[in-house]
Amino acid sequence: MEKPVIATTSLAGCFGCHMSLLDIDERILELIELVDFNKSPINDIKTFTRECDIGLIEGGCCLDENVHVLEDFRKHCRILVSVGECAIMGGLPAMRNGIPIRECLEEAYLNGPTVRYTNNEKIMPNDEELPIMLDRVYPCHEVVKIDYFLPGCPPRADLIWNALTALINNREMDLPYEVFKFD
Amino acid sequence: MEQQLASILDKYQHNPLRLMDILIDIQESAGYISEEAVGYIAPELNISRADVEQTRSFYHFFSKKPTGKYSIFLNTSVTAYMMRRNAVARTFEQEAGIPFNSVTRDGLIGLFDTSCIGMSDQEPAAIINGKIFPNLTPFRVKELIRDIRAGKSMEELVVEGYGDGENSNEDIRAVVNNNIRKIGPVLDPRYKPGEVIWDILPKLTPEQVIEEVKNSNIRGRGGAGFPTGMKWELCRKAKADEKYIICNADEGEPGTFKDRVILTERPKLLLEGMVIAAYATGATRGILYVRHEYKYLKTYLENLIQGAHERNLMGNDIAGIKGFNFDVRIQFGAGSYVCGEESALIESAEGKRGEPRDKPPFPVESGYLGKPTVVNNVETFCSAVKVLLNGGEWYRSFGTEDSTGTKVLSISGDCRYPGIYEVEWGFSVNDICEMAGAEDIQGVQVGGPSGSLVGPGDFDRTLCFADLSTGGSLIMFNYSRDLLQDVVLNFTNFFIEESCGSCSTCRIMPVLLRDKLKKILDARGVKKDMDDILAWAEVLKASRCGLGQTASNPIISSIRNFKHLYEQKIRRGTEYDTGFDLNMAMQDGMAATGRFPVTQS
Repeated sequence: MEKPVIATTSLAGCFGCHMSLLDIDERILELIELVDFNKSPINDIKTFTRECDIGLIEGGCCLDENVHVLEDFRKHCRILVSVGECAIMGGLPAMRNGIPIRECLEEAYLNGPTVRYTNNEKIMPNDEELPIMLDRVYPCHEVVKIDYFLPGCPPRADLIWNALTALINNREMDLPYEVFKFD
Repeated sequence: MEQQLASILDKYQHNPLRLMDILIDIQESAGYISEEAVGYIAPELNISRADVEQTRSFYHFFSKKPTGKYSIFLNTSVTAYMMRRNAVARTFEQEAGIPFNSVTRDGLIGLFDTSCIGMSDQEPAAIINGKIFPNLTPFRVKELIRDIRAGKSMEELVVEGYGDGENSNEDIRAVVNNNIRKIGPVLDPRYKPGEVIWDILPKLTPEQVIEEVKNSNIRGRGGAGFPTGMKWELCRKAKADEKYIICNADEGEPGTFKDRVILTERPKLLLEGMVIAAYATGATRGILYVRHEYKYLKTYLENLIQGAHERNLMGNDIAGIKGFNFDVRIQFGAGSYVCGEESALIESAEGKRGEPRDKPPFPVESGYLGKPTVVNNVETFCSAVKVLLNGGEWYRSFGTEDSTGTKVLSISGDCRYPGIYEVEWGFSVNDICEMAGAEDIQGVQVGGPSGSLVGPGDFDRTLCFADLSTGGSLIMFNYSRDLLQDVVLNFTNFFIEESCGSCSTCRIMPVLLRDKLKKILDARGVKKDMDDILAWAEVLKASRCGLGQTASNPIISSIRNFKHLYEQKIRRGTEYDTGFDLNMAMQDGMAATGRFPVTQS
């Protein structure tokens, strides 16, 4: 039987969830026996080269580019999993959600203490190469259909491991409270 | 101001552990807790300003701005709305000339919302400067505001005459009614205070007391149902120079008001239970933690404790037992549901924010000030007295095999006889509806918002830990109610309001759940929304305490038991639709940056 294929990405996240995935320690050797990786920062494959079984999404959507990547994942992955607080609820980046985006940008580029006297031409970065900020940070499930949610900031390595092996082996997930409790 | 603050600090010996009491006194005397007051007391207590700020900002009844000479807190619980809260609230706004959560310009009247105040059998109810005003009507509101404007005192505002039983006691003098409809071992009026302490305790060793309590199979009455005997034994075995007994009288679960009645009618039974627990565990100090909403019982309870000392039921060498010393102090909360969680309650009693602790260790090992602590519900202590009086075997003759004894229920909502019923465990929901005169019932909320909403198909299920577990609250809803809009949405808002904010799951997820529910109520929902709700309920289980873990229960139990109500509103044929529009989402960001470099003059 062909090995299941996994893709991962970090949208508006801090890569902490990817770090937590690496935190499975020596089980990573077991993991590469179990699965193949496609598009992922772990192997640096930048674009999908084949259809995948499982897509792990870290982070919510704060840029149009995040939306495009997420939609691409939905297109290429049979199962999408929101991994961690940011993917599920927006997380820390969503703290800006109560403030209009114009105010955020003005604070960052025009009025903040480190730019107030240096950005003399009052320029807001707007090169067309730059992605565009969304009006707020969206959790992934508001943009595409998400199949599973793994809580934590980041989710513990054991939780990610349990979830992955359960998905791969098509069995119920083993979920003791200690593995996914908040603290 | 400084003089007043200094005398408050003196009253509590400049003890930072009493920060709650200090802030309560400041709030009460000044009407708010100013920045200056915070700045003054922090160094006096030898703690940082942030320590004071974080406690002040946590509790509902603390305010950094003036709350008006007459601060009116009107209950937002589901039963209040059922009894025409909207009309009462509108009249308050019209007569005072301000919207809720603001103060009149002359500083006379402040109007505020507040979560359930434990008066579900006499709604809508408000707290005005600590006094309870139940059964409000628009007419009564007009009268109240007129009298306030006329400069009448708080005493003069009361025109109803005092309530039944001890509510008329001169130390209470409240308009509140007990509405006791059925009595059992706990509420038995033939109770003789001190009988167990004087006649039985001296004949038993602490181990024998624990054995008897274990023999009764009594389980914690707060809702979780932990075996009481085992808890006491664990505390007994813990090694420490000091141990504590805490009574949890912080019933904040909407629809619950049994502790209010026990504190009013059987407070001596409760105190006797605490003394017994102290004897069994070896504790020397006790704290009776009472919710702020019941502060009108303060003088009454303080005098009872004083009386217990005078009769040698507390203090040193209690009942002549050499070396058995125990003393209880009262700690009032300041408006926070989560403080009903035992470790949050302990934090609060230490003068801090009521945030639950990470567990283990559990309080029996490391509780108040890190010492072994037993935290029991009001009713548990009361039942323990009866267990010692009549024996564990006698106690087991009540109830079912896994749930022995009786349960004091708070029944409210659409029924002819709302009030307090002490029944044996094992009653069915049908029995209770019949008992309370509830007809044409569409659903019953068993155990408050963190419990479950059951429909007629489940009315033959029984109240016990193995089936329908409850801390005592039952709210009836007849067919005139819109369960999703009136009940489930209200409860979900309650959890959002009362989250302590420590775990992000509990801080944010209930908001996402409410948005989903609103989407479905607006007839924009699709099948996937219900799937997401069910998945997110599991995510919430990551939270540190029961509040977060059960915050999805109103929605989940209504999906389970009233699926048809959801299905009526779900759009068919569409699998997934969130209404997300990338172009709309980008518009503001593009406008802010512009297509070309923007220069601002």
